[in-house]
Amino acid sequence: MSRVKEIRIDYVARVEGQAEVLVKAAGGRVEEAKFAVFEPPRFFEALMVGRKCGEAHELASRICGICHVPHQITALEAVEDGLGIEVDDGTRALRKLLNYANHISSHALSVYFLSVPDYFGKADIISMASERPDLVRNAVKLKKVGDDITERFGGKAVHPISLVVNGFTRIPTEADLEWAKEELLRVKGFAMETVDFVASLEVPSFERRCEHVALSQPDQYAINEGRLVSTEGLDIAPSEYRDYIEETHTDYSWTKRSTVKGRDSFLVGPLARVNLNFDKLSDDAREAAKRNGFKPPVFNPFMAVLARAIELVNAIDDCASIIEDLRLDRGPVAEDSFEVRAGNGFAITEAPRGALYHNYAFDSKGIIQRADVVTPTAHNSRNIERDLEALVPEIRDLPLEEATLRCEMLVRAYDPCISCSVHLVEVG
Amino acid sequence: MAKPRLAVVKMTGCAGCQMELLRIEEKLLDAVGAIDIAYFYMATSGNRPGPYDVALVEGSVSTPRELKELKELRERTKLLIAFGDCACSGCIPSIVNWVPPQESARVYERFLEIHSKKESFQRVYPLSAHVRVDLELRGCPPHRDAILEALKGALLGIRPFLREHPVCVECKLKENACLLVCEGRPCMGPVTAAGCGAACPSNGRVCEGCYGPMSDANASSLAEIFARRCGLSKEDLIGKFRKYAGLTPAFSKEAGGAL
Repeated sequence: MSRVKEIRIDYVARVEGQAEVLVKAAGGRVEEAKFAVFEPPRFFEALMVGRKCGEAHELASRICGICHVPHQITALEAVEDGLGIEVDDGTRALRKLLNYANHISSHALSVYFLSVPDYFGKADIISMASERPDLVRNAVKLKKVGDDITERFGGKAVHPISLVVNGFTRIPTEADLEWAKEELLRVKGFAMETVDFVASLEVPSFERRCEHVALSQPDQYAINEGRLVSTEGLDIAPSEYRDYIEETHTDYSWTKRSTVKGRDSFLVGPLARVNLNFDKLSDDAREAAKRNGFKPPVFNPFMAVLARAIELVNAIDDCASIIEDLRLDRGPVAEDSFEVRAGNGFAITEAPRGALYHNYAFDSKGIIQRADVVTPTAHNSRNIERDLEALVPEIRDLPLEEATLRCEMLVRAYDPCISCSVHLVEVG
Repeated sequence: MAKPRLAVVKMTGCAGCQMELLRIEEKLLDAVGAIDIAYFYMATSGNRPGPYDVALVEGSVSTPRELKELKELRERTKLLIAFGDCACSGCIPSIVNWVPPQESARVYERFLEIHSKKESFQRVYPLSAHVRVDLELRGCPPHRDAILEALKGALLGIRPFLREHPVCVECKLKENACLLVCEGRPCMGPVTAAGCGAACPSNGRVCEGCYGPMSDANASSLAEIFARRCGLSKEDLIGKFRKYAGLTPAFSKEAGGAL
């Protein structure tokens, strides 16, 4: 039996971006736990200053090649907030549909491509193709529906183009909507299977109570709008974000660490959302969760994989009802069809990995003077370290290789999006 | 015959090109039959050090660590493909090349402390600034058909067919009304390489130039039309050309001068 003293992962595989993990323990105590990001910073807040507010979403999209849609929507909502524009219900519904499509694609990727291989002792999903073709099929079919809806409605699958300030440059046709609904219903069974399958995996037993933070709305599962709430009583509007959430810098990582002021680090993402909005899930999603013993609040971070599967079902159901109720009575708008004025706007949405905050201040010509973006992985980075601090003493008697894998699995359960997480703070 | 070994490498970028690569979906398993994926950190934990027959390198170079990695990769790779705009021309992150370093450093309160351990150039460089690049796959991201075309070319040992003509050709084939001529909107299509299927104009918005310059692009002439016909100011023009490919020789003058 080895007593684990140091766990070092130089480059965490099967996550987006470049990060390392270092945990040092002595005498049963963790001396340091670092989730250190060496992904290079791109200084987005600096390069956005001086650009037009109408292109903020196009630029912000490039922060992340996986969650580009929520970056676009958050930037659009923040800019519209600053301009005093209230978009119509059809635009809001279409944006929600597109954000959900992004969640479906991202969750399918995270569950099957990134997390599941660990539970089979495999390096990747491709090497599981002959053994479990059903899993590969589920992964590909679910991811494809998300991507295809984004492409058909957004004009491109990665970094879509039809979303602009005040609306869409192209309005989907009835045929587009019919098609999307059919495609979604076609993969619903795969999503249901995913919940049962993930629930059947032997998830490491580990629990650490921490603050869970997510958007919430009284009448629907919150993705694009709502107040930011938590399991510890946080309840704020997007414009109050900086009064309650604090970021600190470390000298070992390009990602900053978030805490709730006066409290500790917190968790965002699918587990926080399902915990906080359990009663807003679609009937089938809630039933699938209950059937598999998910009782909120769940404080085992490894269970985020199951939360993702539950959200796959919810996203499909919610998209189907959005399409059902959609009234598109407004035509397309051009990319610059709005009145410019000085403003300062805020927005928070739920990206697949959790709460995403954007704030832009611009002058009377609509030129950005200040940009502030905090991503889900920046929110989670300190919490990952706090989890590692608690986890390592519990697994210190495992062989080093297994203990290391357990730490990697924890990081993957957060599904960090590391490119997103760097370089993001207020400039101006 | 051994299967050709492929490496998918990420430098400074958003991973969107790798996401588009994963969109070859159904064909992915066929591709796996023909290609040995030897290195792909986002998709596998079974990564091997090379040598490689083909490397798809996403992202630009922005740190000494990446520069070293790129040079070593070049040594071990037969066919090195610059995968997407960041690798070819810096893409949107290249806007920071015009920002004074003291300004971008303000993004981090403790910039110098982090920087002492994890140095950044505070600039992005296309791969070709530092190593020989065998093929450029442009676009933000490159369309999956172009990715497949490049991989097939690599497997067969032939030069893939990549489009150098303007977006306008694809736009005409789609029978779109011209946004520049008919509506006086500042569309970058006339100077931008095709390959996207005229995605933006087909969705009711102007081309933003995300595939970079076409062959023999006449950027100054289009800039003049934008100013005269669409009423764009000097700042507007710089913003247009300093977006996806401002570092390229064809766009650099209009982007505010070469750096």
